[in-house]
Amino acid sequence: MPPPPPPEQVIQLHRGAGLDRRQALAVMAAGLAMASTACSPPARQQAHPWVNPPEARTGGLPLYYATAFVRDGYAHGVLVGTQEGRPIKIEGNAAHPSSLGATDVFAQASVLQLWDPDRSTTPRQRLAPVGQARGPARLAASTWRDFEDAWRARRPGGLRVLTGPLTSPTERALLAALLAREPEARWHVHAPLADVAAIDGAQLAFGRPLAPVCHFDQARCVVALGADPFSDGPGAVRHAMDWSRARAALREGQADAAATLFAAEATPGLFGARADHRVALSPARIEALLWRVAAHWMPEVATDSAPDPRTAAFETALVAALHSAGPQSLVLTGPGLSAEAHALALALNQRLGAIGRTLGLIDPPDAAPDARTLPELAEALHAGHVETLLVLGCNPAYDAPAALEMPLALQRARLLIHAGGQLDETAQLSDWHLPLAHAYEQWSDARSHDGSVTLMQPAISPLYDTRSLAELLASLADDPLRDGHALLQRHWRDAHADDFDAFWRTSLRAGVVAGSASPAQSPALARVPARATAPAPAPATLTALFVPDGAAHDGTFANNGWLQELPRPFNKLTWDNAALLSPATAARLGLRTGDIVNVASAGRAVDAPVWVLARQADDVVTLPLGGGRRRAGRVGDGVGFDAYALRPGVSLTAPVTLRGTGRRHAFAVTQHEIAQHGRELLRTVAAGASLPREPERPRLYPPFASPEHAWAMVIDLDACIGCNACTIACQAENNIPVVGKSQVAKGREMHWIRVDVHDDVGDAHATPNLTGFQPVPCMHCEEAPCEVVCPVGATVHDSEGLNVQVYNRCVGTRFCSNNCPYKVRRFNFLQYADETTEALKAQRNPEVTVRQRGVMEKCSYCVQRIARARQHAQRTGEPLVDGDVVTACQAVCPTQAIRFGDLDDAASDVTRARASPRHYAMLGELNTKPRTTYLARVVRKDETS
Amino acid sequence: MSDGDTPVLRPGWGYASVTDKIAGLVLTRPLRWPWLAAFLATLAGTLVYLGAMTFLFIKGVGIWGVDIPVGWGFALANFVWWVGIGHAGTFISAVLLLLRQKWRTSINRFAEAMTLFAAGMAGLFPILHLGRPWFAYWLAPYPDRMNLWPQWRSPLVWDVFAIGTYLIVSALFWYLGMLPDLATLRDRAPTRAKQVAYGLLALGWRGESRHWARHETAYLLLAGLATPLVVSVHSVVAMDFAIGNTPGYHSTIFPPYFVAGALFSGFAMVLTLAIPLRRAFALEDFITARHLDNAAKVLLATGSLVAYGYLVENFMAFFSGDRYEIAMAVDRWTGAYAPVYWAMMACNVVLPQVLWWRAARRSTLLLFALSIVVNLGMWMERLTIVVQSTSHDFMPSAWGLFVPTRWDWIFLAGSISMFAWLFLTFIRLLPAISISEMRELVKEQADG
Repeated sequence: MPPPPPPEQVIQLHRGAGLDRRQALAVMAAGLAMASTACSPPARQQAHPWVNPPEARTGGLPLYYATAFVRDGYAHGVLVGTQEGRPIKIEGNAAHPSSLGATDVFAQASVLQLWDPDRSTTPRQRLAPVGQARGPARLAASTWRDFEDAWRARRPGGLRVLTGPLTSPTERALLAALLAREPEARWHVHAPLADVAAIDGAQLAFGRPLAPVCHFDQARCVVALGADPFSDGPGAVRHAMDWSRARAALREGQADAAATLFAAEATPGLFGARADHRVALSPARIEALLWRVAAHWMPEVATDSAPDPRTAAFETALVAALHSAGPQSLVLTGPGLSAEAHALALALNQRLGAIGRTLGLIDPPDAAPDARTLPELAEALHAGHVETLLVLGCNPAYDAPAALEMPLALQRARLLIHAGGQLDETAQLSDWHLPLAHAYEQWSDARSHDGSVTLMQPAISPLYDTRSLAELLASLADDPLRDGHALLQRHWRDAHADDFDAFWRTSLRAGVVAGSASPAQSPALARVPARATAPAPAPATLTALFVPDGAAHDGTFANNGWLQELPRPFNKLTWDNAALLSPATAARLGLRTGDIVNVASAGRAVDAPVWVLARQADDVVTLPLGGGRRRAGRVGDGVGFDAYALRPGVSLTAPVTLRGTGRRHAFAVTQHEIAQHGRELLRTVAAGASLPREPERPRLYPPFASPEHAWAMVIDLDACIGCNACTIACQAENNIPVVGKSQVAKGREMHWIRVDVHDDVGDAHATPNLTGFQPVPCMHCEEAPCEVVCPVGATVHDSEGLNVQVYNRCVGTRFCSNNCPYKVRRFNFLQYADETTEALKAQRNPEVTVRQRGVMEKCSYCVQRIARARQHAQRTGEPLVDGDVVTACQAVCPTQAIRFGDLDDAASDVTRARASPRHYAMLGELNTKPRTTYLARVVRKDETS
Repeated sequence: MSDGDTPVLRPGWGYASVTDKIAGLVLTRPLRWPWLAAFLATLAGTLVYLGAMTFLFIKGVGIWGVDIPVGWGFALANFVWWVGIGHAGTFISAVLLLLRQKWRTSINRFAEAMTLFAAGMAGLFPILHLGRPWFAYWLAPYPDRMNLWPQWRSPLVWDVFAIGTYLIVSALFWYLGMLPDLATLRDRAPTRAKQVAYGLLALGWRGESRHWARHETAYLLLAGLATPLVVSVHSVVAMDFAIGNTPGYHSTIFPPYFVAGALFSGFAMVLTLAIPLRRAFALEDFITARHLDNAAKVLLATGSLVAYGYLVENFMAFFSGDRYEIAMAVDRWTGAYAPVYWAMMACNVVLPQVLWWRAARRSTLLLFALSIVVNLGMWMERLTIVVQSTSHDFMPSAWGLFVPTRWDWIFLAGSISMFAWLFLTFIRLLPAISISEMRELVKEQADG
């Protein structure tokens, strides 16, 4: 750059230009005009600067916003942790009824959805005239103003709106206003995973739709028939939390305390893995079982079906337990059962006296009595009755049952407008695509599984030119208000007019509107349904069961690398979905894990790789939905197979046939060996019994002294349900990179805390024979084998007993990992951290180093959180107390299985846990003196699996 | 005719003819296509190796098959294998010199060269296998601003010293022994350039009695210094594993067992090199059947020690009663890497037993084949120790296999190529057999 001319010269130049006073004024006026018209447009939303900035913002501490993560329409209360204005970590909201401070994997991963580089950033318009082939290349960037012009100029009439399940009062009011403008406008709801039979079941039993709210803490006997209440549905986290808390007495030694769990499942679920009694049955057999059991209370439904000899013991125990628990029973039914079965289970609960105690029934928060279904929309589309179709926040071109032929049907709409977060399959077909804001960028509201309302506030202003659904609806309906904040306030001001400011402030702050839970209904006596007359399936026919994928869910999260790389609980499969078959069925069909089969149903077929899964029911093939996305983005495209392509209708089951193709598929799994080989890594103990005390072993070096703090972790294996939330919370907190399928296949996943699954199924000597989960972070051994072998001292002990990894000293010999008996160290074999994608940079936790290739890394006990607590203690002069340091995995755990604290504090939770009779150190005989230790899982005498 | 009756130098050779023959290999022998073809082929291999190294430095060790739990793959197996090969040279030169074994004379020079090149190949691998090889110097103790030193308890630091010392002493020993021969070449060099080159290398050697006296003393002293290194270097390498707690690593027998294995593979490599060498350059009179026979006997002896090592390792696994050690032994027999283990047993234990028969020891072709087999077997032994042990340690949930990628094979083949290229270069530039010591042999034979 040339140096600026000296001042005299500037003046000279101006003089030379012969600028007189008038010209000078004209130039200045023009400059002023330009300065005021250029730059960014005026802020769309009102933002108010802090008058007195809060301490937190200046102190570098994270700032939390109470809001909600919305999945399938339901709110899960969360606190969005922001650093330097960027949302980087999700914590549960202890005040929220669905969370109680914990979250599931999806809420944890939702922050990556926000920073997804493939998010849709701007409105797009299809260039080709209506009626011509719709293709992706033709979606050109446009503006909201152009869209609004187009919306006003559209041909009137024939409006249809398609949404996902909506629980938001504000959005529903705005939608109602839009629909009210056009008398023949229709609203359709599309929920790809909704169990229509369950909704019909309540209708059948009580004559109206009712949603269950389970109280696991009140139950003495829980029966899950095809249901997995620990993973499915919006209340899963709450169920696990309630169950775990109620089990505390059992862990303390009271053998008769805590609920007895019964699970009859078609495919292994998290609930079944923790059940005292567990059988694997096809949905048809589960239904027959339900009928036989119900007949004990309702003789009128008695059938002549004889009990299956294999499940007779289970059935007897189940009936006995229900008799003894009486009103403290809870019978849950899950996908795959008929509406009659759901109705019967409700009637059974009522006969037992459970309704109102263990089972609350509320008006479904997402009930839309005036809405129609997707098949009705498909019919109207095919018939050419739809002039304008608004698809809001859902993706029917991908996740509709194949039989509806939605991609074709959508193109029959004269004007197709799609609003969504991604340029997905439906966006590709649309005339207009409108980008929706992420939940953490918008003002909105939503209701949780028990009906409680959360007012959602943005944790960051929109990253892109997006609008919230409420804002979009307002603009479509020509509402005078266009701002999400104003729309939300207007909606709630009506109900809380007298004390609105206080209501607003307390509700926003708490993350939940006090007293907004739906009142429990006390329905009249349930009508006992007649036995469904569906013909029993012929032997040796296969039933397909469509389930949400553990990572991609219904496909919504397919572009989320954290989730795709998250090992599915039972087979530790990543980056794939697989057709699950039982060993016996696979043997009958001559199939083994990795074979690609052609799954066919009603004239449609899809190729899927087979996974032979122990404890899967015979003659059932489980097909996880959410794979095979075509337009998910750089991460999710082509991962897995698309089971929707097989789905004949809204039912979650279908008869299928399997035919081998002779081809093989390579899976990427993180754990190859499920059996423990008698090594007692995961120990069990009878209720009230003690594990033998570990003897004090000799040591060569003087004992490790920790003058200030001695951090330690105790993981209660009796509480762990294997949900993986810790793994993904750790990934978010510690900037852990995603490595991709090929690297996982090579054994190079980077998770700092993995959840091992142990199952000695098939090993006749193993007692007890159960599926156990064991989270394995770094053990922070006092006699750490990794430390002595590092040639450069890159892994050392700090003064508080942490085994720390010094990244910038590490040269990458990998000797530490070889010498780690627990294999918890992870190595950057290649440059795994994405250093180039802009959006991902902003997601990273600024308190944690992003690791270079060639260095070792591992669990640090969230040393940044320890440092933050220590600094806070130093600043305030108050000593650290138990609970000041909460690790990411501990915070997220839905069953509070993980405890962390200071061993030097005799009263700390972790010190007390280490004194438990269930306490043990994994591989303690190696004398590594681990600081991470375990509490054995409690097993009751009569448990059968 | 007993073994001892075959002379270590065929009769009929005099001072001048020995000198003519050996110096001629370097100075006058014309280029012939077999050498040239081999030279160009190995040069190409060397260039591929250097290219692969560049790629490795750009991408990272992830191009190999290493993973968690198997953090060390081919690179460390190659390292241990090459260090082992590098053993025989010093053993032949130093230990046999001290033991006054005359048969060492005609093979010590190229065996030392082999040692040097093999140790060089070995020394590369620990650097190549680092995640951040540009910081390899952090393993060396040097004063720096931050007062950081290596972590002395780590056997990898001991490795730096063991290998470094071994390389330096071996090079000195080799060079010192070569001084009189370099002077001979200088005196006989036909061109000015060669005269200058060899002259500079000869350090002004004039063959004076004082020179010889000091040379003899220094040579003997260095032999004394090198002898413990023969034991120490591989003992230290063995400790890389023995210090580790992994079953299959953690074993007190490792140091002596590694030394025996090293001599075993080293002598195998001597045979692999000597047999084509004497054939190609018509050196059968210098490297006689007696040499091959003796080397074969050493092979048999060290092979037996190695077999004993295998036996003790398996016995101790069960005798200890330690479930992890037992599982490790059983996995070696029946696990994913069992074919490698049994192939290793065949190569290192079963096949060398033919050497009990003299006919086998006298069959050049069979010896050559067997030397290749033993080299292969010892490489598989290193691979079993390095890879199989970590693939199957304490936690079944963390078990995982190492599958070599094409880059693993390229690095193995590349190191062999480079070693061969260096050796081919050596035999045309430096006397492959010690001229001065052969002349001593001539004198001794004349003296009777």
